[in-house]
Amino acid sequence: MNAFVSLRDIVKTYTRGKQAVEVLHRLNLDIPQGDFVALMGPSGSGKTTVLNLIGGLDRPSSGEVTVAGERLDRLSGSGLARWRAHNIGFVFQFYNLMPMLSAERNVELPLLLTSLNKEQRQKNVRTALAVVGLQDRARHKPSELSGGQAQRVAIARALVSDPTLLVCDEPTGDLDRATADEILHLLQLLNREHGKTIVMVTHDQKAADFATHTLHLDKGQLVEASVAAAA
Amino acid sequence: MKFLPLVWAILWRKKVRTIFTLLSIVVAFLLFGMLQGVNSAFKQTVDRANVNRLIVANSISFTESLPFSYLSRIESVPGVAHVSHQNWFGPYYQDPKNFIAAFPVDAEREAAVYPERKLPKEQFDALLHTRTGAVAGRQLAEKYGWKVGDRIPLHSTIWVKKDGSSDWEFDLVGIYDVPSDPAQENAFQFNYQYFDEARSFSRGNIGWFVVQVSDPARSAEVAAAIDRLFANSTAETKTSTEKEFQQAFLKQIGDINLIVTYILFAVFFSLLFATGSTMMQSVRERVPELAILKTLGFTDTAVLALVLVESLALCVFAALAGLGLAIAWFPSLKDAIGIASMPPIVFVEGILMAAGLALATGIIPALRAKRLVIVEALRS
Repeated sequence: MNAFVSLRDIVKTYTRGKQAVEVLHRLNLDIPQGDFVALMGPSGSGKTTVLNLIGGLDRPSSGEVTVAGERLDRLSGSGLARWRAHNIGFVFQFYNLMPMLSAERNVELPLLLTSLNKEQRQKNVRTALAVVGLQDRARHKPSELSGGQAQRVAIARALVSDPTLLVCDEPTGDLDRATADEILHLLQLLNREHGKTIVMVTHDQKAADFATHTLHLDKGQLVEASVAAAA
Repeated sequence: MKFLPLVWAILWRKKVRTIFTLLSIVVAFLLFGMLQGVNSAFKQTVDRANVNRLIVANSISFTESLPFSYLSRIESVPGVAHVSHQNWFGPYYQDPKNFIAAFPVDAEREAAVYPERKLPKEQFDALLHTRTGAVAGRQLAEKYGWKVGDRIPLHSTIWVKKDGSSDWEFDLVGIYDVPSDPAQENAFQFNYQYFDEARSFSRGNIGWFVVQVSDPARSAEVAAAIDRLFANSTAETKTSTEKEFQQAFLKQIGDINLIVTYILFAVFFSLLFATGSTMMQSVRERVPELAILKTLGFTDTAVLALVLVESLALCVFAALAGLGLAIAWFPSLKDAIGIASMPPIVFVEGILMAAGLALATGIIPALRAKRLVIVEALRS
């Protein structure tokens, strides 16, 4: 089976002051299409770095990053930006919504980069908000939403351009247990019923239990892979 | 267009700051519109000067008089078609703030030199035959509600009559139009003979001569010939084109262009820092949001453009408001400068200035936004 996400011999080095710190050491990783993978590991293990490489937000110091058949390490800055716009949805721990825009305007943002007209954009926005159950909050600004609602808006924004891959960085890290479970159920639904491939970084074992696979990273290397019991 | 709601929302992210920044730009462009409008209006007055006409004034200053006897000698200079003469009467109507541009003239000579003034024949004849007769431009007559047949009292700030009074009375016998240059319709002319007989001093002298040349291409030659006539006399002349004369007249007030330039330079220099620091602060505060836009697929260039458009929207919107206010208030200056509306070129200049200001204040924050590294910006 061809991997949907493939990392080959990835080395990532950051420069901190005069010191070069190698975060990932010849990492190899394959994720098949339609999988829901949880990336776990202690702080500094390189989880977010792996997520940034898969999402095309960062480049490896060496090695190959292939996602959906595209070699991301070979794309130019603008090429990578365009690729992200069409292929990836991002969900962050702190939602990262634009505070001055309403929920629907936030969700519409990725569509501004497409050739869709206003009516088509609005239709897609309504659909995305319906998927996350927030049609009635479309006109509300982030400050008028609860944490769970804000994260649902962020998920709607990630979904609206119908990407094949969702990358989620601690999507429940700022939520209480009940709300976190609602968000995780939603992600699971998107994976199972909409076929989205999801890569999620989490510290929370209960969150990881919602994924189909869990990968453990430590000191920049993959140490363990496990199949999670479906939550 | 689809990005405009986003730009607009970003602009109003901090309402109070945006309002104060907008106000400072609005005031700057209001000032620009008024000052540059006045400057431009004066320039237009100079530009409209007739190329056929020369002004012969005293070489010391145009406020010094010349002997009336120069008239026939000037007429004899080859290339001179007609000669008229004028004096600065310096009056006001009823109140010192109602300054009137009034001149004692020889009606027939004046008509020959200023053919663009359209006065009905019967009114012209009335002027010739009425000793205290006077004519007024239509704009001036309408301003004070004067009608033909009215008796107009003017108080001269210079000329005292033989009876010791500075109050002069005129019978308005005509109202003229100047279709080619309505700004000329703000003047008042009356018979020189009445003026010369009634004044208590300087009789037989005139302020300056207005010469119409038969060939504008020979203006310089004719001017030199006139000045040579009176060289080494007690009242040497300086002959200049009407345009040069008007420029010199305006310089009596001061170098308006230079004054306006200095004031506007100071205003826009301050504005550059005020708006520039606002834009810098705005971008600094939005680093994570800009990083999110990049994460969503906005290219570096798109983010740069977004910040520049934001700066452009702020400056142009405020400039439109400021220039709009200037257009609305400009007619209140009509009494002082004789032009009722702000010249359209000032509006165009203002919008270009606003675009320049936007570029100057927006480029550094825009470059900063462009260079943001997503991963580092998200961590911040």
